Amino acid sequence: MAAIRTGAQLVWESLVREGVKTVFGYPGGAILPAYDALLDYPIRHVLVRHEQGATHMADGYARASGDVGVAIATSGPGATNMVTGIATAMLDSSPIVCITGQVGSKVIGTDAFQETDVTGVTLPITKHNYLVSHVEDVAPTIHEAMYVARSGRPGPVLIDITKDAQQASTEMEWDPKDVKLPGYRPDLRASKEEYRRAVDLINGAKRPIILAGHGVLLSGAMGLVRQLAEQANIPVAMTLLGIGGFPAQHPLNLGMMGMHGEAWVNQAIQEADLLLAFGMRFDDRVTGNVKNYAPNARKVHIDIDPSEFNKNVSVDVALTGDLAAVLEELSPLINAGDRNVWLDTIKEMKGEVAVRDIQNLPDSGHLYAAHVINDIWRLTNGKAVVVTDVGQHQMWEAQYYHHDEPRSLITSGGLGTMGFALPAAIGAKLAKPDAEVWVVAGDGGFQMTMAELATIAQEKIKINIAIINNGYLGMVRQWQEFFYERRYAATPLLSPDFSKLAECFGLKGMQVDARKDVVPSVEAARAEEKTVVMDFRVEQEDTVYPMVPAGADLDKMIRRPSSAPIVETADDK
Amino acid sequence: MKHTFSVYVEDKPGVLNRIASLFRRRAFNIESLTVGHTETPGVSRMTILVNSDAQGAKRLEANLYKLVNVLRVHNLTGEQSVYRELVIIKVATTTLEIRTHVLQLVDVFRARVVDVSADSVIIETTGAEDKIEGLLEVLRPYGVLELVRTGRVGMVRGPRSVTVEVPDLSRTDRSDPDDDENISYSV
Repeated sequence: MAAIRTGAQLVWESLVREGVKTVFGYPGGAILPAYDALLDYPIRHVLVRHEQGATHMADGYARASGDVGVAIATSGPGATNMVTGIATAMLDSSPIVCITGQVGSKVIGTDAFQETDVTGVTLPITKHNYLVSHVEDVAPTIHEAMYVARSGRPGPVLIDITKDAQQASTEMEWDPKDVKLPGYRPDLRASKEEYRRAVDLINGAKRPIILAGHGVLLSGAMGLVRQLAEQANIPVAMTLLGIGGFPAQHPLNLGMMGMHGEAWVNQAIQEADLLLAFGMRFDDRVTGNVKNYAPNARKVHIDIDPSEFNKNVSVDVALTGDLAAVLEELSPLINAGDRNVWLDTIKEMKGEVAVRDIQNLPDSGHLYAAHVINDIWRLTNGKAVVVTDVGQHQMWEAQYYHHDEPRSLITSGGLGTMGFALPAAIGAKLAKPDAEVWVVAGDGGFQMTMAELATIAQEKIKINIAIINNGYLGMVRQWQEFFYERRYAATPLLSPDFSKLAECFGLKGMQVDARKDVVPSVEAARAEEKTVVMDFRVEQEDTVYPMVPAGADLDKMIRRPSSAPIVETADDK
Repeated sequence: MKHTFSVYVEDKPGVLNRIASLFRRRAFNIESLTVGHTETPGVSRMTILVNSDAQGAKRLEANLYKLVNVLRVHNLTGEQSVYRELVIIKVATTTLEIRTHVLQLVDVFRARVVDVSADSVIIETTGAEDKIEGLLEVLRPYGVLELVRTGRVGMVRGPRSVTVEVPDLSRTDRSDPDDDENISYSV
C-alpha cells in the first residue's frame, strides 16, 4: 500500500524525486503548510529578501546549470512579487517552476485575505500554469510542470496550490515515466524538403553568416555549430544571449550583433548573402529596421518554436526542431567551403574600426567601465560565470569580457530586467558551487535588489560584485544624450557608499577610483573568502559605442569619435 | 482575409481564457468564436474566425499549438468546408399587413418562426453568413427589435475527419472536495 502524505509533503517529495536540491523562497500564510513539511525533506531552502529575488535566483540557477530552477512563495503579494522574474524567464526561455500558495479552495473568488488570481495574472507570462485545489493533483502536477518547463522551448511554469490541497492527505503515487500530454508537442521535426532547400542555400552561399542565439546553449549544440562553421568556413555572430555558444577566441567568431554589436558584425550582416539563424528570434535589438535588414541575404531559420518563423523577419527556409537534432541531420550534407574572399572582406571591415576600441587609446588616467571589465576578464582567465544587470555595463560586459564557454554569461536579454544580476548570481553560484561567479551591475540596477546581500550573508555565499558606478542611470542617460538634447531627466542617481553598505551586511567592501587600482583590487577580491562588493567609480558620461539607434538600419551606427578624448570630462577641460 | 480555425481543446477550466489571452497578446482580432462539446468526452471544439494574412494565420496556428491544452488546430480556410451560423431575430409586426409580409419572407428564406406575439415574431434560421445577411437586410425595414447570432461553426466536407488524442480525464472529472472539518481556510 502506498504511503499517505499531505499535499504539503507531496510538494517536497515530488521535488526531491525530480532531483531538486535547492529552492528559493519566502514563506507566508497560504504556503505555511508546505513550509512546515519542508523541515523533513533534504532540500536546501534559500530565504530571499523579496520574492522577485527568488524567481531571478531560480532563473540564474537554471541558466547556469541547465536544470529547472524552483522558486516558492505565498499567495497574493508573494505571488505578484514574482511577476517580474517570471516574465524575465519567459522572454529568455529559462526553465523555472514557481510554486505559490493560494487561499483555501472554498474561499477562492471571495477576495479573501492575500487572495490574487495568480494563474490569471501570470497566464500571458508563463509557458503554462496550474491551479491545484485537490491533493491528488499535487504530485502529478509538479511532475508535469517540471517536464513542461524544461522540454521543448523552455520557460517558466507556475503552480498555484490551495491551502486546503496542502493540508489534505492522499496516497503517494509517483509515476516516474515521462509525462504524456496529448496537446503538447515539444519535439516537432522539419520535412525532408525543407532540409533539401536549406542545404542548397548553404552550399551555394558565398557570403554566409551564422547567427547564434540562446537556442545554441539551450540545445547544447555548441559542438555542432562549431563543427559546421569550421567545415564550411562560415563566420559566427552571436546575439547577447548567444554569447558563449561559440568560443570568443575562435578565428571564425565575429562577436556580438545588434544595437551595441561590433560594427563589422552589423556591416557583415548587411552584406551577407545568407543568414543562418540558429535558435534566435530576430529581436528588434538585433535587426534594427527590419525593412532594410540584411537586404541581400536569403534566410534559413532553425528554431524549436515554429511560431518564431516569419514573426519579425521573413525567411526563405524554416526548419523546426531542436537545433542539435537539426544540425546532426543537416551538417553531413554541407560541403566544405572556401569562403576566404568573404572572410577577408570581414577582416577589412574589422581592421578599419578596431582602432577605435577603447583599449587601444592611451591611458588617460580616467577609469572606464571597459577597463574594469576587461581586467576582470584577464584576471579570471575568461573562466568566470559573469552575471550582469541591464544597461551600459551589460553591453560593455558583452564587448569586453570574452566568453569561450556556454552558460558563462547570464543576463536578462529579452525583458531587460534591472535588478536581475545580484539574485541571479546567487542562483548561479548555488548551481555551480565551484565556479567563480562575478556580478557586473550598474549603480541603478544594483539598488533595485541589493537587499539580497542579506541572503548572501545568511547563506554564506561567496561571489564578487563589481558595481560600475557612474552616478547615472547610464543607458537612459546615453539615450538622453543622443536623442533628447542632453536633458538628463531623472537619470542622475545618488547611491549609498556601497563599500560601507557591504560591511553593514557583514560582507567585504572596496572602492576603486583609479585605473591602476583595478588589478590589485580584483586580485584581492578573488582571494577574499567573503563576498566582496566593489564600487568602481567610473567616468560619469561614458557612452556605449557603437550604437544603432532604435529603428535605424543596422549599419547606420553611431560610432565612437575617432579622436581622443573618448569622453569629455571636467578634468579634460 | 478571413481564416476559420477549428481548435480542439481539453475541456478544462480556464482554457477559453488562455485562447482569448493569446489572441489579445499577439494582437489578433477575433471576429467570432464558438465553443461546445465534441463527440469525444473531455474535448471541446472551438471555431474561431479571424482576420489575418496567410503568414499571420500560420503564426497564429503555431502559437495555438504552444498552448498545452490545445490538442489540434485545423485551418479550414482553403478547404472544401461547410460553414453555418444560427441567428434569432425579433421583428416588430405591428400590423397584419406587415406580419403577412414578414411571414412571406420567412418562407422565401426557408427560415422558421419560433415565437409569435401580438406585435412581434421571432425568426430563426441557420446558414452561411451571406444568407443570414440577406435575410437581415430584407427584415430591417420592418423593424428588427433584437437579434443574436452564434458565430460561425465549420467542418470539412467529405469522409475525412480530424482525430484527436483523448486527454486523461482523471484530473478533470474530480468532483468538489468533500467538506473536511479538519481543514482550516484561514491564511
